[in-house]
Amino acid sequence: MKRVLIIGATSAITTETARCFARDGAALHIVARDQEKLNRLKSDLEIRGAVRVSIDIFDALLPDSHAEVIHQAIEKLGELDGVLIGHGTLPDQSSCQNEWKSCEDAVTVNLISPIALLTDLANYFERKRSGNITVISSVAGDRGRQSNYVYGAAKGGLSIFLQGLRNRLAPCGVSVTTIKPGFVDTPMTADLPKGPLFASAEQVGARIHKAMVRGESVVYTPWFWRFIMGAIVVVPERIFKKLKL
Amino acid sequence: MKCSVNRFESWGRYPKATQSVLSIHSPRARLPLPNESETVLPFGLGRSYGDSCLNDGNFLIDTRELSHFISFDEESGLLRAEAGVSLAEILRIFIPRGWFLPVSPGTKFVTLGGAVANDIHGKNHHRAGTFGNHVTQFGLVRSNGESLTCSPSTNPELFQATIGGLGLTGLIVWVEIRLTKIASPFLNTHLIKFENLDEFMAISHETDSLFDYSVAWVDCIADGSSMGRGIFMAGNFAPPTSSRPPRTLSLSIPCSAPSWLLNSLAMKAFNIVYYNHQRSKVVDALQYYEPFFYPLDAILHWNRIYGARGFFQYQLVVPFQDGAAALKEIFARISRSGRASFLAVLKTFGGVESPGLLSFPRRGVTLALDFPNQGAPTHALMQELDRIVSEAGGALYPAKDARMSPEMFERSFPRLSEFERWVDPRFSSSFWRRVRGSV
Repeated sequence: MKRVLIIGATSAITTETARCFARDGAALHIVARDQEKLNRLKSDLEIRGAVRVSIDIFDALLPDSHAEVIHQAIEKLGELDGVLIGHGTLPDQSSCQNEWKSCEDAVTVNLISPIALLTDLANYFERKRSGNITVISSVAGDRGRQSNYVYGAAKGGLSIFLQGLRNRLAPCGVSVTTIKPGFVDTPMTADLPKGPLFASAEQVGARIHKAMVRGESVVYTPWFWRFIMGAIVVVPERIFKKLKL
Repeated sequence: MKCSVNRFESWGRYPKATQSVLSIHSPRARLPLPNESETVLPFGLGRSYGDSCLNDGNFLIDTRELSHFISFDEESGLLRAEAGVSLAEILRIFIPRGWFLPVSPGTKFVTLGGAVANDIHGKNHHRAGTFGNHVTQFGLVRSNGESLTCSPSTNPELFQATIGGLGLTGLIVWVEIRLTKIASPFLNTHLIKFENLDEFMAISHETDSLFDYSVAWVDCIADGSSMGRGIFMAGNFAPPTSSRPPRTLSLSIPCSAPSWLLNSLAMKAFNIVYYNHQRSKVVDALQYYEPFFYPLDAILHWNRIYGARGFFQYQLVVPFQDGAAALKEIFARISRSGRASFLAVLKTFGGVESPGLLSFPRRGVTLALDFPNQGAPTHALMQELDRIVSEAGGALYPAKDARMSPEMFERSFPRLSEFERWVDPRFSSSFWRRVRGSV
């Protein structure tokens, strides 16, 4: 993959994926909220081997501005071979329950914004008739739980959107990849006792790179989450609703 | 068997510590500090063996997010990167482009910040000195809010105090080093079997000017006339070659091994087999850089083979004068105690002086030993070794230590009082409190 667009590029996981592409010698267009972080990542990726790195700022809370983000990316890279959409926010469930505004922001960043980006990207790749679109969803979207169902609903909606898009683009040789990470050991979880279920951002980021290059469909990372979620999904609702999850 | 995946422990897994973790997101971010009187200590990859990377009852600053390269100059080899970048990352990127670390320790899983803070050394100490000798400048953030650039000419006192300063002078946020140009990632290696310590000293003396890199493995179970026998390994980077890097197989020890596994019989067997697997006196071979420099990195979490109680490393240096006698006495002690060291490594240090006030390497012979933690008898043995080291005018390495006395520490580092002036009041470690009383 020679020309790759990465949106939400400065997060721990997407940074690692960008580094894999840099090592491959790809040209990268990286987009995120913070200019300083983007500059820092640009130098890093250039030293690691990226042939060219361009940057752009965007605000996930303003989906109307997203068409311009895609336009800029195509202009900078000439052509796109792959796209990774990796921005997102983990909202506080209790504040989502207490005020609609928190819910709205969470759904905008995690669902509306990716859909806004994907609308133009899908049409672009459909015309191009090759390439890969990868989006980071979450295992939390596989079943609603009381502890984070607003986040879960947004990610679940995103997963279904991607499922449909994959179905639409498959005939023209464009792969759509849904990434579902489990627990990732980032500074956010530094104080939690780490069980064997935790993966590193490096591990997950490298797995995403592999999935993009191969054009896989749905990727649980680490792999065992496919079985954990498979088990969780089949618990009957009359039992599930009484569980503290 | 217990599977612990706590990242914030030391490599020897002794002592155990409980600490909270703060993170820093960028070199320009404000230094995270706890509200009260608690102290902080930077934490990298936790390859210090004892308690110099622990801050029991206090806070650690996780430097993992300081993972970005900042700049590289193809002409001079000057590389600037954030302090959490590991040597493994540097090698992965720069080996294919014909560059190597100016000084490399026996593991590549350490960070740049840790390499400076421990002023690490490697197989080329006799030629190149310590890591600190190749640091051109670094960024240091202090608890008073200052963000300083330190080099031999700018803030020279803090430069000297921070190199080998055990993370106590502030948080190193970025480091600039000069990489070394290499013609290939292979080395022409030269292995010589030696019968005893005197022969090691002679070989080392003869070959130091011929080889950039050298180290020796010692069988510290053999006694009598073959006491101190072992294998001397030396090498130089080779000219361009058509050889291809070998496929690397990486194993991982998933859990703590049961404590009976590494009993003295197993260690005896290992030492005998290791010594005898090289049949001829001298072997020359072309070797890829990874197995030559990092033989143990192929087994991830190898520290778990020592079981849940952990182990001690004991690394000493003694001056050349009287050094051989002291080492013989040490080998005799260990042999008599029946507490074999699984791995014993011997190397000569050269005369290149480090800028670091608290730097460990100094002209002489260094010996590193591993002892499984078997409680009081292990401590007693190391205390006896302390006495021998002290009498020979030697020193112990803080990065490997979990038990030396404050007196032993003071004797090891004559510039200690000069160093102490630069310790940041909000920085401390379990090691520092142990060797300096309650600071």
